[in-house]
Amino acid sequence: MNARHIGERILAVEDITLSFGGVQALAGVSFDVREHEIRAIIGPNGAGKSSMLNVINGVYQPQRGAVTFLGEKRRHMEPHRTAKQGIARTFQNLALFKGMTALDNIMTGRNLKMKSSLLAQAIRLGPAEREELRHREYVERIIDFLEIQAYRKTPVGRLPYGLQKRVDLGRALAMEPRLLLLDEPMAGMNVEERRDMCRFILDVNDEFGTTIVLIEHDMGVVMDLSDRVVVLDYGKKIGDGTPDEVRNNQAVIDAYLGVQH
Amino acid sequence: MADTFPRLLLRHASVRPHRPALREKDLGIWQTWTWGQLLGEVKAIAAGLAALGFERGQHLAIIGENRPRLYASINAVQALGGIPVPLYEDAVAPEIGFVLREAEIEFAVVEDQEQVDKLLEVLPQCPRLKHIVYDDPRGLRNYRQPQLRAFESLQELGRQFHSSRPEFFTQAVAKGRATDIAMLFYTSGTTGHPKGVVLTHRNLIEAGRAAVEMDRLTADEEVLAYLPLAWVGQNLFSYVQALIAGFCVSCPESGDTVMLDMREIGPTYYFAPPRVLEALLTQVTIRMEDASWIKRKMFRYFMEHARRVGAPLLDGTATVGWRDRWLYALGNYLVYGPLRNALGMSRVRVAYTAGEAIGPDLFVFYRSIGINLKQLYGSTETSVFVFMQPDGQVKPDTVGLPMKGVQVKIAESGEILLKCPGLFQGYYKNPQATAEAKDADGWFHTGDAGFLDDDGHVRIIDRAKDVGRLRDDTLFAPKYLENKLKFFPYIKEAVAFGNGREHAAAIINIDVAAVGDWAERRNLPYSGYTDLAAKDPVYELVRECVEKVNLDLSHDPKLRGSQIRRFVILHKELDADDGELTRTRKVRRRIIGDKYAKIVEALYADADHVEMDAQVKFEDGRTGTVRADLKIRTARTFPEKKTAFAGSRQEAAA
Repeated sequence: MNARHIGERILAVEDITLSFGGVQALAGVSFDVREHEIRAIIGPNGAGKSSMLNVINGVYQPQRGAVTFLGEKRRHMEPHRTAKQGIARTFQNLALFKGMTALDNIMTGRNLKMKSSLLAQAIRLGPAEREELRHREYVERIIDFLEIQAYRKTPVGRLPYGLQKRVDLGRALAMEPRLLLLDEPMAGMNVEERRDMCRFILDVNDEFGTTIVLIEHDMGVVMDLSDRVVVLDYGKKIGDGTPDEVRNNQAVIDAYLGVQH
Repeated sequence: MADTFPRLLLRHASVRPHRPALREKDLGIWQTWTWGQLLGEVKAIAAGLAALGFERGQHLAIIGENRPRLYASINAVQALGGIPVPLYEDAVAPEIGFVLREAEIEFAVVEDQEQVDKLLEVLPQCPRLKHIVYDDPRGLRNYRQPQLRAFESLQELGRQFHSSRPEFFTQAVAKGRATDIAMLFYTSGTTGHPKGVVLTHRNLIEAGRAAVEMDRLTADEEVLAYLPLAWVGQNLFSYVQALIAGFCVSCPESGDTVMLDMREIGPTYYFAPPRVLEALLTQVTIRMEDASWIKRKMFRYFMEHARRVGAPLLDGTATVGWRDRWLYALGNYLVYGPLRNALGMSRVRVAYTAGEAIGPDLFVFYRSIGINLKQLYGSTETSVFVFMQPDGQVKPDTVGLPMKGVQVKIAESGEILLKCPGLFQGYYKNPQATAEAKDADGWFHTGDAGFLDDDGHVRIIDRAKDVGRLRDDTLFAPKYLENKLKFFPYIKEAVAFGNGREHAAAIINIDVAAVGDWAERRNLPYSGYTDLAAKDPVYELVRECVEKVNLDLSHDPKLRGSQIRRFVILHKELDADDGELTRTRKVRRRIIGDKYAKIVEALYADADHVEMDAQVKFEDGRTGTVRADLKIRTARTFPEKKTAFAGSRQEAAA
């Protein structure tokens, strides 16, 4: 068993209800995430998984319910505020700056940590330059960590998909997040890329102690990686527990395999 | 005189303490270890190992990529009178387990989690293994095995040990003898288990020093260590010679960044096996195809010029006219210089290739753009440097002259026998294999057949066991002929026959991409490999290649008789799935000979065609039959000293 210390609850979502017009995406979903754990959200297509992530990082405002992060309870939250609080995310359909290098893309993740003014940076004032060096060092550590040294200066658009995903993860890590939201980190990858990504997720969790919430379709991956799993179906929570508990949960089996009516 | 590696280190640390010894890239910036720092690190490692109970004569496994700490560990182990055993970083766990058991290994210094995992996997079968020291702690935070220890903790232990016994290191080094065993290299045998090659300090230092002297390597060389640490050549280039000459070795940031690191470091002394050189050339060719037409035209024009005068200029042998010199200088400014820069070879003063036969075109390409690429011959058993091409005496088809102290004898069978300062002590715990390789008089049987040419240069022609004789007792070296044929882009595979026969003959596979492209440019329609292979113009094309090979052979008194008289282009591509090639794409001559016995017979009969039914295995496992009517063609052969090469080439083309 993993010896890593799973701590106190750092995130709780309570009774989240979200609908778009007549479509109910989430209906009264509650669960919590503890510090340092890897928490997976699974469910069939359209179950409301991505919506859940968007509620957590403030892109969507739920009609009912509240999110508590690090003891701060909220109904309405702006994405930039959640980012400042330490929530970072990666995207299912990459949202990188294609024309910029891998290095610059990851540097953008440090944006919130930059203190010097735009002018100071532009004229390379001493303190601004020293600050940039400090950030660059952190970014280099991430580049080393994700093993993308060979692509530092390569425009991201020219990299294969698996590597772009890695850069995307790198940018999220550059924010030094407390909580990292990964939206289908393995989608569209081949077996080898998947295996690498699995290792990186485990290493991020292990080395930086980052708490991770991830959405994934590949059941093998979910069962191997996560400490606890939430199962959604048609916007409702139908299961919650360790991978083994979820695997043996009848409601979950029905949702995935279908039931006879 | 420093006669062991730790003494060499002590000498450099006192002569040039502030000069760089090792470099590695950390967080994107090159970090340097000076000789003085290196000594400090080595002392701490050695004392740490001693504190853990490492004793003289013990083995220590080193597994990982090229990392300064692993190099430092090699020296530290040698300082303690121990024997480092480097292993390939991609070796699978059972292979590692075999070596750990055979060499009774208790200590291992490894790079990272990947290697630690492999060692932990074999731990139950290798109960002797007590200490695993790792360089990179990533991913290992939660490993609780008592055998594990971080590198920093080992060195910390060493520093404490050292503070109580400051004289320890010097005393340990003083006990070392030149005749002590310095390294144990495991060579991957093609059959059975790997064999451990035992080499002493004297073996490695004398072999390395002879090469350093010949190429006048100095403390100012720059070397990039990018080949596996466990390979004896890498050890000679990046450890032995660095310690002899005192130059700096840089470790690439990762396996993917070698090309970038080459450009940043600008090595002056460089080694690459032929496949690496070929891959680089292919990259250049592809990028040139994508370049603008003016660049393409310039590239072609100047490369053609370089092919004519580049190599002679480099050697300084032939006289080159002032006009050609001027044109070459212009080409150097416009093409060769930028090309060398793109390859990261701007500063290369001495480069070597070895390991397998290198195509003359490939070899000449690098020399013609001003890179002093040379060939050498050697093996783990001989501490690598046996035959080397000195500057100015480079011939594409030889491996050079014997080095200082090397004695050569050619056996009756054509096999090359050697005595040399670098010759190994034996295979570890394997007296039988040792006796097979090293006879009672101390001659080492290389397993390679070859001969000395008129200038005393050694030519390797084939593996000794494959070499045969034609009926008139002419030497017949199938692999040599096959390689010569395969150097043509149009020929993908070739199988030569001739042992015990009247003359040599060949079965040939065309390269469907290259010949297909050639056919398209001539508006020659074809449907697939079989169709293309049967076309008369294609036969003519291949015949030209065979005749060029024959012409080349005719200049060679020893091999003149084995010119290829008749050949056939096979109706199907040789395939590993049909058992015709090994998985590494080497032809299995005997199996092909049996399977296509009918074709072989026809090659030696008067027939001009042969009908062949062949069993083929499809990818889904079913078998089927392909029937083909194959043409057999005769190629011209050339008597002794008929003409110069250029004249006959025109003749052959006519």
